[in-house]
Amino acid sequence: MIEQLTITTTPKYNFPQENINLELPRTFLELSIQSIKTSEKTFNLNNLLNFQQLTITTLENLNCLSAKVIKLKPKPDNSIVSAIDVSSIKLGETSTGFLLAIRGAIVWKQNVNYRYLRIGPFLFHVTEENKQRIYNVLRKAYFNFAHQESKAALNITSTPNIMQMQSRLTGLLEKWLQMTLTTAAKNTLILWDGSLTVGTPETPTRVVESILQTARKRENMIMAFSKATRLRLMSHRITDLLVKSRPPCLLELKGYSNVNKPIRLLGEIYVARLAKGNCTFRLDIDKEIPSEQRIEAVEKLLGNDIVSHGYPETLRLAHILCTFTANEVIAMQRFIAKKAGLNIVSQPNIRRILFGPYGKGEVDNF
Amino acid sequence: MKIYKKEGNVLQILSFPEDNIEKGDYILIEDSKARKALIAQVIDIQFANIPGMLEELLRSCPDGGNIHGEDFDPLEIAPYITYIQDSRLLICKIRASIKNEYLSPSKSWLPSRSHSIVKKLPVSRLLEMIKAKGKLPIVLGETKESSPLIIDASSLDGRLNIITGKKETGKSHLSKLLVLSLVHYGATVVIFDLNGEYAGLGYSSDGARNEYYHRIHVLTPGKNFKLMLGQLDLRVMLNILVHALRLPGTSAREFRHIWKSLKERKELSLRALGETIRNWHCNIHIRDALFSRYYALVNSGLFTDNPSEASDIEQYLFKTREKGGAVVINLRDTSSIDRQIMVEYTLGKLVELLSNWRLKAVFLFAEEAHLYLRETYWDDIVTRMRHFGIFTTFITNQPDSIRSGIYRQADNIFLFNFTNENDLEAVSRAARVDAETVKSIARDLPPHHCLVLGKAVKDFPMVVKVKRLNVKTMGGTRLFFKEKN
Repeated sequence: MIEQLTITTTPKYNFPQENINLELPRTFLELSIQSIKTSEKTFNLNNLLNFQQLTITTLENLNCLSAKVIKLKPKPDNSIVSAIDVSSIKLGETSTGFLLAIRGAIVWKQNVNYRYLRIGPFLFHVTEENKQRIYNVLRKAYFNFAHQESKAALNITSTPNIMQMQSRLTGLLEKWLQMTLTTAAKNTLILWDGSLTVGTPETPTRVVESILQTARKRENMIMAFSKATRLRLMSHRITDLLVKSRPPCLLELKGYSNVNKPIRLLGEIYVARLAKGNCTFRLDIDKEIPSEQRIEAVEKLLGNDIVSHGYPETLRLAHILCTFTANEVIAMQRFIAKKAGLNIVSQPNIRRILFGPYGKGEVDNF
Repeated sequence: MKIYKKEGNVLQILSFPEDNIEKGDYILIEDSKARKALIAQVIDIQFANIPGMLEELLRSCPDGGNIHGEDFDPLEIAPYITYIQDSRLLICKIRASIKNEYLSPSKSWLPSRSHSIVKKLPVSRLLEMIKAKGKLPIVLGETKESSPLIIDASSLDGRLNIITGKKETGKSHLSKLLVLSLVHYGATVVIFDLNGEYAGLGYSSDGARNEYYHRIHVLTPGKNFKLMLGQLDLRVMLNILVHALRLPGTSAREFRHIWKSLKERKELSLRALGETIRNWHCNIHIRDALFSRYYALVNSGLFTDNPSEASDIEQYLFKTREKGGAVVINLRDTSSIDRQIMVEYTLGKLVELLSNWRLKAVFLFAEEAHLYLRETYWDDIVTRMRHFGIFTTFITNQPDSIRSGIYRQADNIFLFNFTNENDLEAVSRAARVDAETVKSIARDLPPHHCLVLGKAVKDFPMVVKVKRLNVKTMGGTRLFFKEKN
């Protein structure tokens, strides 16, 4: 029933509106437009296009002391399952910086249908000159603290490197989407791509803590899926430990050693093998939630979403919807060329010029 | 538009939907630095092979189309994405190059990919460039750009033409248009009209007589077209007996003696021929053979001994010498053998008149010629008879009924729609154009649209919508449900 749903349809975006602050897209948009109004004449295409940062996944190299396998039973109860993912890609380089595209997607499952809201792409021309301004304006506007002000809290000593701006801005949009969905939804399973590790510039502790707090208040359950992890138990990668266990099951990891500050783990860490096949994932669920409720949440996920190859369909769709295809990259380059009057040129490949076929480490697109 | 690739004679050009290019259109590639240009024709349009396209399409229906949603696209980049998605690749055949404003068939140079200007070349401009119009213009119809496609009647003069296409695509319509245009310019036209379609050429669609009424002569064998034996040359009669009535050689030899005997006695009549065969001293089997052919001639109803019933094709042909005209041999409702007899007679007569220079030249229109033309005549018509002045236009919906050798020698081909691969394969043997052009363009031609190939368009294949003709429609298919519909 529509009335019972915490995610309601609206005429505008078909997305819960009451608690969504759409100011972020507007500021994102304004900054985006301002930044691409550049005095540059050309931008270069290079091998940057091969690099697409899909999500920010923090990997830890920790050690864990014990583990317990938990059998799961799917619990279908018409709970709403939603997922968030954000993707970014560099479109090219200018003499002062680079051009960046960011897009986010929220997917949710209502009854048997999947629905989505895709936000973006936002285009940015990031330079040494404007990187600080872009970053701080956005952080201050939406998370109520600017980078410089939060240095102490985050224990950050340096300003963002221009090459880190891609992950910083991507993280910003992702966190905003996560916060927005958590505030708007109620009694919903919310899936993130990544982990509940905080303390990195992309995952400010205060922001993630605030999101988790809001989620608890609104009876939402946040679950973060990592496709890759470096966590190990007795020298074995944790995702390899469940291979012989019959799915669906979880491996609960206990007693892992403390991590170095400012990094903190806000979630309990599990290894999830939710379906047949060799795919296992690291799963983080809010520590503050009682253990039984965490297990129940995974069982609800199994009962209410398609879990193919052990990965929730909503999260898979969110990933697919936000990822940029080559076609979209070409279209965005055309857009920039037209709107900002930039000429697209191919940058000579220095490595190829110098070393020819003896160059290493790069795959040429010749 | 931008040049993407060139392989052999094929250019690939990147284009976008707003360029509004269709198959058959011409493209001009101007290289201002080289002061040269290329003329190429679009023979196929494909989607450009854009990386990630498959992912894009799969993403639009990730679980089989069961996902709906909204895009908040504040910068409005989506139109740019669909624009890229719809980009297309024009597969073009290079037709000619232009240097110092002169057309040349040379295709040996390559224009610059970076600074060449690629644009659509209107057919009207191309027609001006190739000077297809001439002094005797025939308006075939309209091109896609609504400009008239005009060919010169002299491009049909001394030429072998083929009009082909599947049923009800407009072949006979074009054929009638050509006939009337030739008649208009004073030409003599003979038509083997298999379905009685040309009988109405002298009437407009409302049934009134048109300007050509007095120049169209319809001869229906057995009715207003009967012959006396005296009108026939022995050679023509032997052709009829041997080729149409399959008379063996020894019997033909006896018939020759009989014929000469009758001619010497000036008694060449149907009745006298029967009597002579009856009394002729020869083998009984030969007599039987001659009798059976004699009765075939009698029963055909084409021959008469009554001078008032007889008609002379010569008279009609001579009438056309002054102002032009068409002699329509209406072969409708005639048996296969009678058709062959009439064709043998007519062709023999034409050769006789032309070789004596009593006629200058004749444009022969032959519908479904495989139904009445004997094997040896095909090569004869294409080679020997051309020298006499018989310029043939074959009209058929069965392109494989015409030998591949004929296609190779055809000067003009008017090609209507074909979808069958075998039919397209047969037509693609034409020497005047490459097989890809024929197969690709002809397959997509709508009804009444024709691809003109050959000398009439100076070897620049062009698509034309054949113009309507204000003549009485004859020979339509008889329908059972006509009233009910």
